[in-house]
Amino acid sequence: MNGVLLMMAILIGPAGDSDLEQRVMKLSQEFRCLVCQNETIADSHADLAADLRQQIREQMIAGRTDSEITSYLTDRYGDFVLYRPRVTPKTYALWFGPFALLAGGLYVLFGYVKRWPQSSTNRPLSEEEHRRVERLLQLKSNPNVAVYRDQLAEMDLDERDREDLQRRLLDDCRN
Amino acid sequence: MKFAVPLILFASLVGFLGAGLWRDPHLVPSPLIDRPAPSFRLARLDEPRQTLSPEDLRGKVWLLNTWASWCVSCRQEHPLLLALARTGVVPIYGLNYKDERADALDWLNEMGNPYVANVQDADGRVGIDYGVYGVPETYLIDKAGVIRYKQIGTLTLKALEEKILPMVRDLNGGNP
Repeated sequence: MNGVLLMMAILIGPAGDSDLEQRVMKLSQEFRCLVCQNETIADSHADLAADLRQQIREQMIAGRTDSEITSYLTDRYGDFVLYRPRVTPKTYALWFGPFALLAGGLYVLFGYVKRWPQSSTNRPLSEEEHRRVERLLQLKSNPNVAVYRDQLAEMDLDERDREDLQRRLLDDCRN
Repeated sequence: MKFAVPLILFASLVGFLGAGLWRDPHLVPSPLIDRPAPSFRLARLDEPRQTLSPEDLRGKVWLLNTWASWCVSCRQEHPLLLALARTGVVPIYGLNYKDERADALDWLNEMGNPYVANVQDADGRVGIDYGVYGVPETYLIDKAGVIRYKQIGTLTLKALEEKILPMVRDLNGGNP
């Protein structure tokens, strides 16, 4: 029976059966052409790709399943022939590596963002806040305040750093 | 210290990319190494009424060289095959891949014939069984009919001296 079907299919020719052709093209897109390696067997004009399409066609006519045809090709050309690499422990890095890198990058980025000085977006200190800062700096006995006093006394502070320190002093002493 | 982590990441990226530069993407490792050579029975090139099969060569260590008259690199490796044939160290059989018989015979007349025998793989079917994707390719097959080595592309003196000939010696039990 199979033999008769095979003969008929060969006599009718590949163009005679558009369902079969669609199946051939669909499966061919899963395989890498070994001659032009960035093309699939479906797209490539290389002789070998045409031969392999013919192989796939004949095997489909003979009733082989897609997975049988896939192993036919990987037995001969290795997993390299698969346009979509299999997910195996060997290819975990390939499949999941980019996502791991993305997650790592986001983690680091958020770490930095959290440590960005809040003040850069804040409004400048008000008159009243300045007065409170002055008052707090007078508290000689508080060691926390002493640290701020020392830092504020540094020569090379620019205006924004000074405001940051003052704002942090206010925040600290609110608690 | 602050830059240690990015520096290590960058260095490993450079390492991977650098290693990639030195690899030839056209060398696809064959899954057939250490597997039985696919069987075939094909007509001989010189005498099409006779056939040849790998089974006929059991008990011998031999080379199967795929070639074609239209293949430019085959011309390049041909002098080496001729020299190897003259030493008699290992018999060379040819798989004439997707070729016209007359062209192949002309080519051998013109270039010299290093082959013990050639078979015709006119439709390339046996080539596919052997995972051929670009002639020339050369297979080293042992006494039990197992593929032990595959040379993809032109056979070189280096590959012959460093890989193939030592393996031939080993496979023959140390006695050439």
